[in-house]
Amino acid sequence: MIKIKEDRCDFCGTCVSVCPVDCIELREAIIKIDQDTCTDCKLCVYVCPVETLEYVHEKSI
Amino acid sequence: MKNQFDIIVVGAGPAGSLAAWYASLGGAKVLVLEKDRDIGTPVRCAEGVGAAGLQNIIKPDSRWIANRIENINLISPHGKSVTLANEDLGYILHRKLFDNYLAEEASKTGAEILTKAYAENLLFNKNGEVNGVVFSHLGKKLSIKAKIVIGADGVESRVGRWAGIRTQLKLRDIETCVQYTMGNVDVTPDACDFYFSQKRSPGGYIWVFPKGDGIANIGIGISGEYAQYKSPLRYLNEFVEEHFPKASVLTTTIGGVPIALTNKQIVKTGFMLVGDAAHQANPISGGGIVPAMVAGKIAGQVAAEAIQSGDVSEQFLKKYEKQWYKSEGNTHKMTYRLKEAVYKLTDDDLNKTADSILSLPENKRTIVNVFKKALYNKPTLILDAIKVFKIGISDIFDPLS
Repeated sequence: MIKIKEDRCDFCGTCVSVCPVDCIELREAIIKIDQDTCTDCKLCVYVCPVETLEYVHEKSI
Repeated sequence: MKNQFDIIVVGAGPAGSLAAWYASLGGAKVLVLEKDRDIGTPVRCAEGVGAAGLQNIIKPDSRWIANRIENINLISPHGKSVTLANEDLGYILHRKLFDNYLAEEASKTGAEILTKAYAENLLFNKNGEVNGVVFSHLGKKLSIKAKIVIGADGVESRVGRWAGIRTQLKLRDIETCVQYTMGNVDVTPDACDFYFSQKRSPGGYIWVFPKGDGIANIGIGISGEYAQYKSPLRYLNEFVEEHFPKASVLTTTIGGVPIALTNKQIVKTGFMLVGDAAHQANPISGGGIVPAMVAGKIAGQVAAEAIQSGDVSEQFLKKYEKQWYKSEGNTHKMTYRLKEAVYKLTDDDLNKTADSILSLPENKRTIVNVFKKALYNKPTLILDAIKVFKIGISDIFDPLS
């Protein structure tokens, strides 16, 4: 699953722009990923300018 | 607040404000929804803009201009600087004040603006056509109807998806950007520097835009394709450490910029997309302010006409699409082709290009000649370059807008 390091996030929306299933909700200072919809494609991880998002194997949580 | 408007615009950046402004001028009742508490903040922009492009739409005002730019320098991987000849001037904006000003102008024409209004979804009629917006505002969920909804929600472009338009960007079509506004920066106050290197800014470039008083916006945009291996933040830190070790970070700005073709679909019955949400930023520079304003203005005018004539069908709203392609969109297509070629150049290619340009007399060091040298083996693209840059690189700036 995709993990969010919220203290790094600046809520810029770059992750939202590439998400193929539109599962990221971004408000003025809130970011949430709908894990049920998320397909773990990692595109959001790739484009985050400041390494806010991280892919972690489900088992390691 | 009324529960019905002619037009609802989602997003109060330059695209949204211009759309609201011109729709309202055309007699429509307009509501603008902005998710942030302050229009213009947080700034997500390198704040540069070409003078000609800007002046075509709005009179420059000292209230929101930070600095005037007289020179553009392109810097090769081996550190040679090419100062472009015959370039039109540019400005560095106070983007926060600029966006505020545009929203103010829209409000003067009667458009209503609501901040801290977060769009959650669209409303649809029984035929599945868009006819309003669901949004939350100060803890309340509101549904307001409108004959036309204009999506100006920036690079995220969720409103378009709700309307059933595919707006997701491919990795190769997004620049992921980080910028520091730094103090104690020793740079020429009237020149913008662009650093190109496949090694230091793959599929993009690094910019240094002076804002005056030793302050500068120093940022990087790299292609999403390469960002998966190393983030732009790391590249920028390396650059700053090497070039500006004594400078301090005053502000960090991050964001994504569409460097794509204009979205395939930008209108539907009762719905229009403008600005970054429609992928209208310049694909080679990432400059998005001017194209957003051009598109916003056209969209606002067409939307007002549609309201007046009582016809908000896709067919009628396509007038906006047609006018967009006529004024900017066709050039935009060629610029996209150029981007695809330029961002493939190796550091060796870039160094050779710089060396051969520097062998020309100063007045021949034009942007078209840079492209001619860089794309020596691609005659069709050189033609594109001539067509694109004949009109001036009026919008080479603002990679983060």
